[in-house]
Amino acid sequence: MTAIAENKPAYDGKVLDLSGKSGARAFRNTLATVLIVLAFVLAMIPLVWILFTVVSKGYHLLLTADWWSQSQRGITVRRAGGGAYHAIMGTLIMSLITAVIAVPIAILGAVFLVEYGKGTRIAKVVSFMIDILTGVPSIVAALFIYAVWITIFGFNRVGFAVSLALVLLMLPVVLRSTEEMLKLVPDELREASYALGVPKWKTILKVVVPTAFGGIVTGVMLGLARVMGETAPLLILVGYSKNINLNPFNGFMGALPTMINQDRTELALPNAADRVWAAALTLILLVLALNLLARLIARYSAIKSK
Amino acid sequence: MSSPDGTAPPDRPDGTAADQVAAADAVEAKIEDLVHEDAGPAPRFGGLAEEHAEQEQAEQADKTAGVPAADGTEPPATGGKLELGAVGHLGDRLFGGLARGSGGLVVLIVAFVGIFLLALAIPALADDKSSFLFSRIWEPGGDNPRFGIAALFYTTVVSSIIAMIIAVPIAIGVALFITYYAPKKLAAPVAHAVDLLAAVPSIVYGLWGALFFAPILLPVINGLSDALGWIPVFAKPVGDNVGVVFTASVVLAIMILPVVTAISREIFAQTPIAHREGALALGATKWEMVRMAVLPYGRSGVVSASMLGLGRALGETVAVLIILSVPNGNDPWNSSIFAGGETFASKIANNAAEFDSPEKTGAYIAAGLVLFVVTFLVNSAARIIVDRSAPGKKRPRRNRRAGSTAAEGAES
Repeated sequence: MTAIAENKPAYDGKVLDLSGKSGARAFRNTLATVLIVLAFVLAMIPLVWILFTVVSKGYHLLLTADWWSQSQRGITVRRAGGGAYHAIMGTLIMSLITAVIAVPIAILGAVFLVEYGKGTRIAKVVSFMIDILTGVPSIVAALFIYAVWITIFGFNRVGFAVSLALVLLMLPVVLRSTEEMLKLVPDELREASYALGVPKWKTILKVVVPTAFGGIVTGVMLGLARVMGETAPLLILVGYSKNINLNPFNGFMGALPTMINQDRTELALPNAADRVWAAALTLILLVLALNLLARLIARYSAIKSK
Repeated sequence: MSSPDGTAPPDRPDGTAADQVAAADAVEAKIEDLVHEDAGPAPRFGGLAEEHAEQEQAEQADKTAGVPAADGTEPPATGGKLELGAVGHLGDRLFGGLARGSGGLVVLIVAFVGIFLLALAIPALADDKSSFLFSRIWEPGGDNPRFGIAALFYTTVVSSIIAMIIAVPIAIGVALFITYYAPKKLAAPVAHAVDLLAAVPSIVYGLWGALFFAPILLPVINGLSDALGWIPVFAKPVGDNVGVVFTASVVLAIMILPVVTAISREIFAQTPIAHREGALALGATKWEMVRMAVLPYGRSGVVSASMLGLGRALGETVAVLIILSVPNGNDPWNSSIFAGGETFASKIANNAAEFDSPEKTGAYIAAGLVLFVVTFLVNSAARIIVDRSAPGKKRPRRNRRAGSTAAEGAES
């Protein structure tokens, strides 16, 4: 009796107290928490730093009207003045052509994967190839178009060739996001349409795709944002021109990434440096605007699940 | 097809998979009839009622057959989906053909990339006077073209692997922070902020890396080479060269961080709540819960995310091009990560102006082909890992597969 009573105190208090953790475990838990928060802080540093650098060095040129309306025609590295109109238009034209080619193929490809080929071996092959295409480096896409467009067909280096290379990069992004959205469309909608005797293709065009439209647009925006910042195809497939050239089939064409690239070796000269950072800021703003737009569209047009 | 005529209601004694298939076939046949013959309203009504009844029955079948109706959105996953592909409508054939064609086009594009690069590389490779794979010399022009990719391959792979070593632990940390550590209200903005890193164009990374980031890495480089300089890879840098492989690797790490974070985040968030609560109920600390439930569950996902990140890093062009200083042609080759160098991508982009003769172009295209093959292998590996063991996809897939095999078995 007494022995048991004596033993008792040993159990309450220290050993049986399960509310706390032992020192080592608590320490490891705290350490892990600190490391994880540290990882996040570490990841945020470059983002804040880059944005701060580009904005602080580039904003003042963006406030001038010339930046948005003039080209760099006749302006040497040392001189100030001129604008980025030629480069902004070049970037927009090339990415628009890219979108015009890539989006229909991407949407039809996604329709194939979700509506026609689901579960078949061909769909698996296609799906695998999309993953591979997602991973194709932009320089390889550019070399491929170089091989076809310039070496084999003997055409010139023009903006359209850049668009063709960008199609390879944009296609998988749009296709994947469209596929995800089509998968989210409830089968009840399709079945209701079929039950009313609507043929499959009309069901897809009038019921399935419109339901997923917001998501598809989001994918297109993200795809555009991805290709706009690409520099490698521009370096290989089109020359940089300081003049305004709006014809993608003839002559060299300016673009924001090549405009940055043009003057980046002359950063010691204040005027060249200003232009480089202003062009970088313009490019980031374009890409960010597309990203934000994509987010907004995604938020307001999400397919309501039951 | 137990009731091919489609008008007679199928008998439904008990709910089995066979009945389900038969029922679905009946509905399908019925709708085909509707589409073809433009039947009047009366049978149409019948058809709808029929379908409704079938659905209920199918759901019952699900229960009795013991197949859990896991994904409620597509009720009878076995036979309820109406396959109307072969209706024979002109529009259907056209549209279906277009869709199939687009799918096929994707396959063709990837095949063409390989074929065209190979076709243009072969003549140049045949003229190559030195070993393409093992030589470090790159002089593609002239009567005696010699080019080998050994140095390019080394720099490309080493810089990407260092980038991965830096990026993956941080990405896992950030993903865990977003999924399990950040306050609920903060999680979404934080995730968006990390995604913003992917929105910064690579040429901006290059500029920032070369001008602002490289100088502050100098002490790190000096410290590392002081401590580990006896290993050739960490050999002391010559002079205060900031355009070194290590700097490029750190910038690459920042660039692939959002990719790895996004995928890891999704996988971690899918850890079954039972696993997590089980760990906590056993008295695990939060970290132990993460280590014992979340990390093992997400392992394959993180591995494939890292592979995708590696693929990105291997192919990154402009940032590397701007940061890396190209070694002088006469300098001896330096294996140190604290020396300059060139990757496949940066070499090709650097010399785009040199594409004047077919031999020269062929040499660069051969280098591009090697890069394509390497990224192809890395990305396929990522894909295969996902397919084989993605934990998030395992369960629903198994159910679906079990369901479909049951149906196929019944059909045959």
